[in-house]
Amino acid sequence: MSAWDRFTDAFFNVPIMLKYLPSIAQGFVLTVELAVLVVITGIAAGLGVAMLRSLGLRPLNWAIVFVVDLFRALPPLVIIVLIYFGLPSAGVSPSAFGATWASLALELMAFSEEIFWAGITAVPRGQWEAARSTGLSFGQTLRAVVLPQALRLTVPPLTNRTIAITKGTALGSVIGLAEILSQASSGESLSFNPSPLTLGAAAYLLLFLPVVALGRWIETKFAWKR
Amino acid sequence: MSEPPIIAAHGLHKQFGPLHVLKGVDLVVAERELVFLIGPSGSGKSTLLRCLNRLEEPSSGSVVVDGIDLLDRRTDINHVRTRIGMVFQSFNLYPHMTALANVTLALRKVAGKSRAEADTIGRAALDRVGLADRAHHTPLQLSGGQQQRVAIARAIALEPRVMLFDEPTSALDPELVGGVLAVMRELRASGMTMVVVSHEMGFARAAADRVLFMDQGVIVEQGTPEQVFTAPTEERTRAFIGQIQRH
Ligand SMILES: Nc1ncnc2c1ncn2[C@@H]1O[C@H](COP(=O)(O)OP(=O)(O)O)[C@@H](O)[C@H]1O
Ligand SMILES: [Mg+2]
Repeated sequence: MSAWDRFTDAFFNVPIMLKYLPSIAQGFVLTVELAVLVVITGIAAGLGVAMLRSLGLRPLNWAIVFVVDLFRALPPLVIIVLIYFGLPSAGVSPSAFGATWASLALELMAFSEEIFWAGITAVPRGQWEAARSTGLSFGQTLRAVVLPQALRLTVPPLTNRTIAITKGTALGSVIGLAEILSQASSGESLSFNPSPLTLGAAAYLLLFLPVVALGRWIETKFAWKR
Repeated sequence: MSEPPIIAAHGLHKQFGPLHVLKGVDLVVAERELVFLIGPSGSGKSTLLRCLNRLEEPSSGSVVVDGIDLLDRRTDINHVRTRIGMVFQSFNLYPHMTALANVTLALRKVAGKSRAEADTIGRAALDRVGLADRAHHTPLQLSGGQQQRVAIARAIALEPRVMLFDEPTSALDPELVGGVLAVMRELRASGMTMVVVSHEMGFARAAADRVLFMDQGVIVEQGTPEQVFTAPTEERTRAFIGQIQRH
């Protein structure tokens, strides 16, 4: 057997790949569900918290900064393990899906809040003043004048951060969540062949390449019109 | 006999922490009057103007605009602000919106007009400042002078009872100043009550009823443009007038 044959047999063994395709496809669907849920809840929470922060209430803002810094500092795997293995001692037993979702959503909430906040503070004070001077309320000014400008600035960093955090869905494999990586590596150990891992990597590309491309498209779309 | 004033501010004080910026300012502006406010940088002119629509909260004193007590907690400040137009040195147009959208935003969101109504009013306001053909341009596609005229249109579209101008031409290249002043003169001719912070002495002589000189948080002297510019009684006023006339 030549080296090349050994290589293709190890990583591109078609019969083995076909055998584990269904379970990896299941993992793919689960990963997509988890990723979509993380992105929607994490970004919505981050935006909501940044809007709360713009109210400028001191004690509230201290609390926000504390929580945000906490979840920016903690490795997501630590949060997953804490939630999954720690919470049962407090009488709550989250599912592997729930623990992974909560951990990643909290991390995305924290990072996106900082990104949204940076965008909001980058909008000149004069924009607030002009809008308020015409009678717009605080909320109307935030929605119609400040956020649309802030969001333009946040799209590139937010896209990158969202992709990075969503890839953390693979961490769920540590607590037995049947997502792509978990399915692929159990296929590998059952078949004594790494080809299911190749298939897993392909599934990740299938999932994330379109997301990366979408990110690029959004970035060009949000450039200023002169 | 006389009509009630549009603006009646009394005993205004404003402190920023230890900094005492307004030290008991009284300002009464009659209907159709144009009051011109001058004074050195940092004397509190902008702060005074911003107290008149509560963009800045006075530390003490009273502000009544068009019969409405601005500092009363029960006052709907957002509604009152539609009656008080404000124009800023840096225009502050919304860069993500067209000129027309800048003008119609508050018409729709605050005055409750339909989009069609707001567009009609907005176009009329742009026409009044000579920019009917720029309705669909964004601020970045307009010159500074045009941007400031759109900002004036944004304010007058709400049919305010009074207009506040904070150095409306200070950020403009000299050749663009005339267009903005022309719009302000037209507003004046139409009977708009105005309070103008500016260094444009020519405009003041032509259009102002009264000139106020402010220094270090108090109104030092006031009178007709003629009196204040040519025969000031206070030494500080004389020094300041001399300074800006040399420029
Ligand atoms: N928001 C603020 N916080 C602290 N100090 C301020 C604030 N706004 C204005 N000031 C200070 O108040 C003084 C008067 O400012 P301003 O009213 O802008 O003067 P003018 O318009 O006459 O140049 C200045 O010393 C300025 O630094
Ligand atoms: Mg000023």
